[in-house]
Amino acid sequence: MKLWLAVLIASAGCAAFKLAGFVVPARLLESSIARRVLEALPVTLLSALISVSVFAAGNHLMLDSRAAGLAVALILVAVRAPFLVVVVAACATAAGVHAL
Amino acid sequence: MNGDASDGAARRRIRNRALTIGVSVTPFGLSFGAVSVEAHLSLIQVCLLSLVLFSGASQFALVSIIGAGGSYFSAVGTALLLGVRNGLYGARINALLRPTGWRRFVMAEVTIDESTAMAVSEAPSGHAARGFWLTALSVYVLWNVSTVIGALVGNALGSPATSGLDVAGPAAFIALLAPQLRTARMRLVALASGAIALVTVPIVPVGAPILIGGLTAVALLLVFDR
Repeated sequence: MKLWLAVLIASAGCAAFKLAGFVVPARLLESSIARRVLEALPVTLLSALISVSVFAAGNHLMLDSRAAGLAVALILVAVRAPFLVVVVAACATAAGVHAL
Repeated sequence: MNGDASDGAARRRIRNRALTIGVSVTPFGLSFGAVSVEAHLSLIQVCLLSLVLFSGASQFALVSIIGAGGSYFSAVGTALLLGVRNGLYGARINALLRPTGWRRFVMAEVTIDESTAMAVSEAPSGHAARGFWLTALSVYVLWNVSTVIGALVGNALGSPATSGLDVAGPAAFIALLAPQLRTARMRLVALASGAIALVTVPIVPVGAPILIGGLTAVALLLVFDR
């Protein structure tokens, strides 16, 4: 019963958050400051997500095979390698370092 | 003529990227299904999470904390905290694609890291909507299918770390963000966001560092621009 409640509240809550962004009145998004914030937000949130998913595990900082994969991805993106090459090479590097 | 050719190239690029991103979430779907069953969730509960909650990080946090014997309160709280950023993405996607009527509800439900990164990445090419929808479809279908398989047969692939797929997401996001990071100013802001998030990892609840890093970096950007 408690488990069902947890599943339902988490599902409803996360779906509500998603919807919240779409019901903000359009005029609030028109100002130049709102536009600048909104344009930068996906970039900064995804950057934070990248660093946390590579250098952390739970509440601990951690340096492991993921960092090697990230380094390879950064280099390949800098030399404008194709998307698939970036993803596959990063995974292969992380898997190789993980296997050492 | 030339326009048609570049349009075709854009379509192929978006289709291939959407498929790559979808495939890269499947090991996590398998793993999520398996972890959920170990945490004593029923198949219906597992499927409901992938169909309705549909946000990998929140789903993993929920079932991992329950599976590890943590409180339901902290499990739900962490899942919700990790879900807040989808609302922030939503405001950006809403401003970019301007959906109306029932489309807003469908669009909101599939506004996640992957679909947002792709829409933002394709905004300069004028194909933001195509990038958003194809990525959303690819991830939604493959995430749900892999969740069910993981719940039924367990995680046959082993942990995503073994195959290196734990960096597939970060690598894909870096590639997609590259066009936004052409200026030194945006690169600095992105680095600041990542660094601030890491500094807060040991001291705030799981899920909060991403929001703290992302929001603080945007505030810094506004201050610098003045």
